[in-house]
Amino acid sequence: MKKIKSFPLLLGISLFVVLIVSVLIKLEILNEYVAQILSFAGINVIIALSLNLISGFTGQLALGHAGFMAIGAYAAAISVMQFNMPIFVGILIGGVVTSLFGLIIGFPTLRLRGDYLAIVTLAFGEIIRVILVNLDKLTGGAAGLKGIPYFVSAAAIESDPAVITWVPVLNFACITLTMLLILALSHNLLTSSYGRAIISVREDEVASGSMGVGSFQYKMIAFCLSAFIAGVGGGLYAFLFNYLNPTDFNFLRSVDFLIIVVFGGMGSLTGTLVAGYLLTYLQEALRFLQDYRLVIYPVLLIIMMIFRPGGIMGSKELSIVRLVRTGSLKKALQRETAADREEQA
Amino acid sequence: MSTVLHANKISIEFGGLKAVSDFSLNLESGELVGLIGPNGAGKTTVFNMLTGVYLPTSGDITLEGKSLLKKQPHVINHYGIARTFQNIRLFKEMTVLENVLISYHAHVGYNFVSGLLHLPSFKSREKEMRKNALELLSIFHIEGKQDELAKNMPYGEQRKLEIVRALATKPKVLLLDEPAAGMNPQETHDLMNLIRFIRDTFKLTILLIEHDMSLVMGICERILVLDYGQTIASGTPDQISKNPMVIKAYLGEEADFSA
Repeated sequence: MKKIKSFPLLLGISLFVVLIVSVLIKLEILNEYVAQILSFAGINVIIALSLNLISGFTGQLALGHAGFMAIGAYAAAISVMQFNMPIFVGILIGGVVTSLFGLIIGFPTLRLRGDYLAIVTLAFGEIIRVILVNLDKLTGGAAGLKGIPYFVSAAAIESDPAVITWVPVLNFACITLTMLLILALSHNLLTSSYGRAIISVREDEVASGSMGVGSFQYKMIAFCLSAFIAGVGGGLYAFLFNYLNPTDFNFLRSVDFLIIVVFGGMGSLTGTLVAGYLLTYLQEALRFLQDYRLVIYPVLLIIMMIFRPGGIMGSKELSIVRLVRTGSLKKALQRETAADREEQA
Repeated sequence: MSTVLHANKISIEFGGLKAVSDFSLNLESGELVGLIGPNGAGKTTVFNMLTGVYLPTSGDITLEGKSLLKKQPHVINHYGIARTFQNIRLFKEMTVLENVLISYHAHVGYNFVSGLLHLPSFKSREKEMRKNALELLSIFHIEGKQDELAKNMPYGEQRKLEIVRALATKPKVLLLDEPAAGMNPQETHDLMNLIRFIRDTFKLTILLIEHDMSLVMGICERILVLDYGQTIASGTPDQISKNPMVIKAYLGEEADFSA
């Protein structure tokens, strides 16, 4: 059988899909509303991936990812609006600032074993929200932060008004490509020795210590990385909606991400990807039920927990490479690591 | 012969309970020593102190002259002590191969960025680690199962995998906590030969806790007996099996029916 390289194949498929959807948006076959949902789903996937990294793979429950997202969003928006940074740099600054907060929270908390992180991050998320309301000089306070630019600069729109029609396309492309990059890097990390060390901490902290893995160090790495990714997601959110309000980042938002992770499968990257798009779509599709939406959603979760307690994917990964190679969906559902090993052998 | 691992009068108290008191140990290079005693005598607690899981309340532990006190378990492992666990502690949701690969992490040989981007150094080192891991697994006759999840292996093989995993950290001293627990006599016999074999091949010093007397008497050159946290006897297997204190600890006081 002819060997198919996984990297070019996946890159090709991803770029192809992004391109096709972008063209559909530009031709307005997919309207602006759908484009917005697709972009928003991408952000949800990014932050759910970051949560999965710390909760699914490292086994440390975190309940404050809306707080991280908020820091990233405000840091990115403020650095672009006040300090005239390019948008790309602003998003990176959002990620770095957020990971610094991760460092500050993680340092005292992750030394302990058990669910202390959940409590501390829960409180942290709320504290951040209150601080954002009260720092009104910088953040606009409870009225929110207005006038955040699009992914294209204001100058470009001024010089050619036609640029504005590209905004939905740009939103979708920037967010989805970032999401795919984060997905790919997360997968690489988790199949490397550093990733195995992180997973071993989840599996058994005492044993991994005795095998030479410093659990505190790897919990810190995973937590700071998680904060960084959530910050980047927050930055993208700011430029997608062009308006930030502290109430967007409340505890329920954190729970939304947790639901995506649990629904997709703790410890499955592709599960998070599938669940992120599915649940974001579902939230919109159930809009006609109005308040009953909040009933349907938990019922769905309960059904899920009864019939598939591990989530859609459990801890397995969906592998497109395997799907192409064998043409069988069942084999494609094998652990991706097995496919990787085949590659190296 | 030179001293590898030395424990000088280590004690530990949990609240008011003195679990182990004044335990001393001197492991010479290449020795195979047994640590026995009734349930609750403090054997595993000794292991936990030697590997940094518990900090002794008093006393000192040195490995080749370096003090191990207040060192984190992973640092002690890097110094050269590896262990297995009485209640198997494998990484259950990981494959057999991944379980062994974790132990190579201290000698991973490529940096974080290389791991993140899967650079060539990542690929060559991963290949090498994988090859070494499979070689180790084949010594223990579990090479065909490398892609199975650890939790799906039969009990005896899980115990063996724990030993493989400990060996993969390239230790100088190997601590085995009841390696034969749950094995049938034939498996225990094979394990005995295996323990001798790895001691000679990897030039190890081994300290083992075991309840199976055929194994302890069969392979240990020296035995220490713990009871209620006190060392009540030490000597060759012959001396130990005739020691009245040991017989008393195991079988209880001789009943006096004359009264």
